[in-house]
Parts: sequence; structure tokens; C-alpha cells
Amino acid sequence: MLAAGKRQRILLPVKSWFIWLSLAVALLLNLLPPTRIAAYPEWVALVLTFWCVREPRRVNVGTSWMFGFAMDIADAALLGQHALSYALLAYVATSLSRRMQWFPVSQQALHLLPLMLFTQLIMLGTNAIAGGMFPGWTFFLSSFTSALLWPAVSFILLLPQRQPESIDQTRPI
Amino acid sequence: MEHQPPPFFKTGPAPLVRLTFFVLLSFLLLILDARFRYLEVLRQGVATALHPVQTLAGAPAWLVGRVGDFFVSQSGLQAENADLKRKELVDAKTLMQMDQLQGENAHLRDLLGARERLPVNALLGEILYSARDPFSRKVIVDKGFNHGIKPGQVAIDHIGVIGQVTRVHPFISEITLVTDKEQTIPVQVVRNGLRAIAYGGGDGGTLDLKFMAANADVRNGDQLVTSGIDGIYLPGLPVATVAAVERNAAYAFARISCTPAAGIDNHGQVLILSSERKLEPAPAADDVKDKPAKAKRRRREP
Repeated sequence: MLAAGKRQRILLPVKSWFIWLSLAVALLLNLLPPTRIAAYPEWVALVLTFWCVREPRRVNVGTSWMFGFAMDIADAALLGQHALSYALLAYVATSLSRRMQWFPVSQQALHLLPLMLFTQLIMLGTNAIAGGMFPGWTFFLSSFTSALLWPAVSFILLLPQRQPESIDQTRPI
Repeated sequence: MEHQPPPFFKTGPAPLVRLTFFVLLSFLLLILDARFRYLEVLRQGVATALHPVQTLAGAPAWLVGRVGDFFVSQSGLQAENADLKRKELVDAKTLMQMDQLQGENAHLRDLLGARERLPVNALLGEILYSARDPFSRKVIVDKGFNHGIKPGQVAIDHIGVIGQVTRVHPFISEITLVTDKEQTIPVQVVRNGLRAIAYGGGDGGTLDLKFMAANADVRNGDQLVTSGIDGIYLPGLPVATVAAVERNAAYAFARISCTPAAGIDNHGQVLILSSERKLEPAPAADDVKDKPAKAKRRRREP
């Protein structure tokens, strides 16, 4: 929470309806029509990772698995492909959560990149075993765009927690 | 270990335990789905629940399309109109001959004792989105079994075959495109009637004719149409054009790759054909076995 050497305000506690709303919006974004573009980011994985890092006690492996399952069905993919990779992603993200929050956002994005690549590698692996086609190396581009989007996503998702309860000029923090 | 202090915070099972549980569950799903296809009912249930989200996701594109339609320029419309009129004139001659030909065809079929071709029902479907899964080539259309779609039906556009309905949910269905790696389609070369089976290329955008002898009479630019001998695809629908033929003496088979005729990735609408064609049942097993079995026995006797 405390970026090295930087003063940072204490955030309000997160509201659980906001977590669910953001995840639903991510699911919606994943299903938008231009999703054949290889570089289209994995919104659901991105938002799940964010909440796993910020709120590991609310969003963890189970939630991720559920959203992976929904993605499998909406994508007409192999059942369990997204579920498996998102569950593993959530596990790594929750165990990294203490560490990642010490870094500024840009370096958090650097943490995210190998995580996303790992997720995609698992999807590729499960599909290779089940006999799917190799989608080409551009498949991994989506990890890079997701990592690039991390600062923007974390800014937007933290907005509701940034608002003070009551504006008070004399407040120390 | 009987007297453990109560935990300060209730956190549920340990992360590793959770992970193990869900990974095992995923493996179970993967195996059940990929090997046995047991989970279609579950898939349908969740797909129905997800339908509002999918409709909502398709809404912006639909809206943009509608607004685009509204602001289409008059000159564009006039040009299109003129084009259509010209086309109508060209088609008129063909249409006039059509009645006569149909009558003649019916008569000839009667003479030959061939069965009538059953009428084909077609249903217009709109592509909602193409499935994001990069490991397959599928599109989702807005018609499901509530509209009478059944698995196995053929989807075409105005040029040729696009794919086949592979999974049907209540309001939507999945069409596997002909370029999908798992998709095969029986075809026939128009020029000489040679039968073959076209497989999806897998690398996206192509089809392969596999297991054709190295000296098979297939040339660049040959048109491939459905042969109809499978009883699923109607005969004579354009499928692909041969793009490259590679004959290598080292291999028994020629490498033939084709480009699909239909605008597989281009259109928003597809026509889903439902024909209730019934093929004659295959000859009973006894009839087929008879002769080779006797021949074998004879060979063994001396």
C-alpha cells in the first residue's frame, strides 16, 4: 500500500457490490465483438488479478474459477480451460499480493506480465492436449496489452475507495 | 493436536487446498467435456443464464450498424439500386427458365425413378460475435433450438458454405466454420466430379484436401462443391477453390490447400439450412461380409 518513499492516502474499505460489478463489466468487455483481434486484452483475467492482489480474502481461487467457467461457456471453448488457468492465476496473484502492493503501479504491471503469460501458456497446454489448433505467436500479444492496461485499470478500480467520507480540511490524513 | 487455539480470523480453507480442489475440478471438467461430451446440459443451462450478457455485449456493434445504416449516403443507395436493377435484369432470364427447367427436371426424375429432392427450409441468423477462443473457429448466431435449429445443420452465406451448427442452446447456437481444424466436409471437384474430403486448415483461413493420391487430378483454381453423399450437406453448395497443389515424390499424398469460397469472416448474416434428407440405410453387415469371408477360407484350404 505504501509506495517506497511516497506519501499515500489511506483508502476506504472496498464495497463488495463494486467488486462484482467490475467483474461483470470485465466479462461484458471480453464478449465484445472485436475480440478476434489477438492483442485484445483479457479483461476478466486482468480484473480478477487486481482483486486477488488487493482483496485476497474476498476474491480468490473460487471466484476466479467461477468466472473462468463462465468464460469457457461464453467462448464456446473447451470446458475447464479458462477455469483452470484463472484458478492458477488467482493462486499466484493472492500469494503475490503482499509483495506486489509495495511496488508502484508501473512495476506492478511488470509483475503482471509473467502472470498473464503463464495463464495463456496453461490455456495453450490444455488445448494442445485436447487437440486444438495452434493459434500462432500473436496469441501471446494479449498478455502484453493486459499488462499495459494495468495502471489504468488499477486507477479506475480504486476510484470509489479514494473518496473521503466527509470532506474535512483539518483532517490529518 | 486436540487442543488447537481458535483461529483469529476465519479465512476458510488454506489457499493451497482451494487451489488443489479447483484444479482437480477443472481437470474433471476438461476430461468430461473433451473425451465424453457429457456436459452439454450444464453448458446449455449456463449459456442461457449468460444470454443477457451476450446480448448486451453485442448491443454496441448493433447500434453502430443501425446508426451507420441511417446515415448511409443517398449516392451510395442510388448506386446500389442501379446495381441491383442491372443484376435483376441479368437474373430475370435465368428465373424465367427456372420454371420450365424445374418441370423438366421433375419429369426426368420421374423417368429415372429418382426420389424428389426434399424442399429445404432456410432460417436467417445474425452473427452475434465470433467466439474468442483462439483455438477454434466458431461464431455464435442468434437462433437456437427455440427457433428450430438442430445440431448438424448447414450454414451458408450468399456465396457458399460457411460451416455447420455444432452446438445448440435455447436462444443461440454455435457454428463451427469450415476452416476449423476439427471440421470436415465432403466435397467434389466440379471439373471432373472427383470426390474428396476437405479438412479445416487449422492455421486459419484455409482448407486442406487430405489423403488425395499424389497423382490425383486436382489443379489450381478448381472449384469444390459439396458432394452431398453424407446426407448432411446438400449437394452442389460451393465450398472452396483450390489455391495450391504440391506434389512431392517423397510422400504418398499430395498437399492441396484451398481457400474458402464464402466470406467466412466477413458477413453479419448466415442462412441456416434444414433439410430432412434421409439416406438409405447402409447395407446390412451380413451382406457385405459374405464374399470376402468365403474368399479367405478358400485361400487357406490348400
